[in-house]
Amino acid sequence: MPAILRQTGFYLLVAFIVLFSVFPFYYAMLTSLKSGTGLFQVNYLPREIAWGNYAAILSDATFLRNLANSVFVASVVVVISLFLAVTAAYALSRIAFRGRTLLLLTVLAVSMFPQIAVLAGLFEVIRGLGLYNTLYSLIFAYMIFTLPFTVWVLTTFMRDLPIEIEEAAIVDGASPFTIVTKVFLPLMWPALVTTGLLAFIAAWNEFLFALTFVSNNDTRTVPVAIALLSGASAQEIPWGIIMAASVVVTVPLIVLVLIFQRKIISGLTAGGVKG
Amino acid sequence: MANLKLTKIRKSYGAVNVLHGIDLDIRSGEFVVFVGPSGCGKSTLLRVIAGLEDITAGTLEIDGRVVNDATPKERGIAMVFQSYALYPHMTVYDNMAFGLKLEKNNSKAEIDKRVREAAKILQIEPYLDRLPKALSGGQRQRVAIGRAITRDPKVFLFDEPLSNLDAALRVQTRIEIARLHEKMHGTTMIYVTHDQVEAMTLADRIVVLNKGNVEQVGSPMDLYNRPDNLFVARFLGSPSMNILPARLDAAPEGVAVTPEGGARLSLALPYRGAAGGNGYLGVRPEDLVPVQPGQPELFRGQVTLTESLGEVTLVYLDTGRGAEPVVAKLPGEVRLERGSTMGLAARPEALHVFDADGRAVRGARAEAVAA
Ligand SMILES: Nc1ncnc2c1ncn2[C@@H]1O[C@H](COP(=O)(O)OP(=O)(O)O)[C@@H](O)[C@H]1O
Ligand SMILES: [Mg+2]
Repeated sequence: MPAILRQTGFYLLVAFIVLFSVFPFYYAMLTSLKSGTGLFQVNYLPREIAWGNYAAILSDATFLRNLANSVFVASVVVVISLFLAVTAAYALSRIAFRGRTLLLLTVLAVSMFPQIAVLAGLFEVIRGLGLYNTLYSLIFAYMIFTLPFTVWVLTTFMRDLPIEIEEAAIVDGASPFTIVTKVFLPLMWPALVTTGLLAFIAAWNEFLFALTFVSNNDTRTVPVAIALLSGASAQEIPWGIIMAASVVVTVPLIVLVLIFQRKIISGLTAGGVKG
Repeated sequence: MANLKLTKIRKSYGAVNVLHGIDLDIRSGEFVVFVGPSGCGKSTLLRVIAGLEDITAGTLEIDGRVVNDATPKERGIAMVFQSYALYPHMTVYDNMAFGLKLEKNNSKAEIDKRVREAAKILQIEPYLDRLPKALSGGQRQRVAIGRAITRDPKVFLFDEPLSNLDAALRVQTRIEIARLHEKMHGTTMIYVTHDQVEAMTLADRIVVLNKGNVEQVGSPMDLYNRPDNLFVARFLGSPSMNILPARLDAAPEGVAVTPEGGARLSLALPYRGAAGGNGYLGVRPEDLVPVQPGQPELFRGQVTLTESLGEVTLVYLDTGRGAEPVVAKLPGEVRLERGSTMGLAARPEALHVFDADGRAVRGARAEAVAA
């Protein structure tokens, strides 16, 4: 009996967690499919399916522009972060130099500052660099929080790659470039996908910097654009459209996770060395 | 086909000196084994030869050319790592072909031919399409060796290649490596191990290393029968040589050795030390026999333990002096009461005498006279 009780308890808990995390998104989808006064009726199953909100948001040129901005910013952030992190991780994990640990801790320390604490200073820097009101300001700013964890995760990962594999490649006559492209990158693929995905999500969702460093409707990214969506009058909040937009911006993340989930093959390094 | 010449090779990591000036000549086609206790610098020396570590001082020549600054590939070496170090994401075939593909002038057919040849020699043909993780330890080790063979190296380096294998597989692979050396005659092989059995069975010549210095270089039987010093004497042989502190005096015949509390023996060995000098007497367990009437007795003591190993019996004798028991390896099965008293003797040629610094006192054939 206790076994059954325990199992039931376990599944109840799982059900609760799933409900807790999925419900807000479910409710957003539900709301996005309503129209007119249906918005103000609370129900938990779809009564009608109205695509009007989606049609509205997807025919809004500014919103599409914002979506493209977000894709651009997040992708560039991922590419640059991964490139810098791979090269930094190589140095930090393979080359012994004075102050290596201190440097690693400093990198980590950067990620401790709350965004709001660096906001004012960063604003000055961005204005000074002439990046204000461009997407490059966001790309620049997002590195502040994507680089520390990409560098850390990749350094740890690379440190665990047996050095003999690299040495075997050297003995085989491989150049440093060949070693990185033919040996390291294939082995680091799972770590790259994971950290890249996290960096993408972080950049995709970022709100505060995006609100501060860009003031032009055409240059905004989607989180800010959605927050600033307004109806015909100040009293009317277009909930249906906001929810439709929220669903639209969530879909790419879900798709990305589903695509790469399959490719995150753990234990790829097992078997190269003893054991 | 390559001979190597190491001249005063030093290696330090910052303030830590690991190799203290190694001089060594390795002939073309020779199988040389570096042996020594863990941490003595064997791997470091091998990696210096491979080109994976910079040489702090000294020169390394291959075929008369100084290669201190040459890459491993330019030196024409191939290496088998202790941990195999296969590329985990490549099939066995690709692992073996990787080095060949990096050379520009190899045609696909040529690569294929060489990989398949190596695979045939090592009997890994059935696994060519597998990933390393789908192989057993022994198979991985063969792939690692195969990867080195395909490159057709001038010098073949092994760093403890058998230490991750179980005992049975270790013996089998050891025999295969010996066979491989016969097949690839002309290829110089350098093999690192801490296992004296591997060293004795595989080597044309053994280099005994200790704390970053060469203790002795010679053929296995040379080192076994005529160790230059206490370290080599203790290191080779199992159980290891019995060593007892002894008093050395000049004698008309050569040297008079008086082991602590034992009888005085005269041996025809040149001794130039002071009278009453400290030294050591060494004798291998298998050279000890129960004393016969009229024979000079070397040790007398109480049997504390006997171990029957089938073809031999190990007898541990407490001689009443020193902490270490004297060990004798007697043929066949020997029944002895624990606590019974026993006397042991040895042929004079089997005795080793060392001076206070642990250096062998050595000369023409020794002859013992009971004093
Ligand atoms: N990269 C390094 N930095 C500092 N010391 C090292 C390094 N590599 C090896 N050593 C030291 O050199 C000595 C010899 O090491 P090694 O050649 O690996 O020994 P062996 O292979 O004979 O067991 C050891 O004491 C080890 O601590
Ligand atoms: Mg070693």
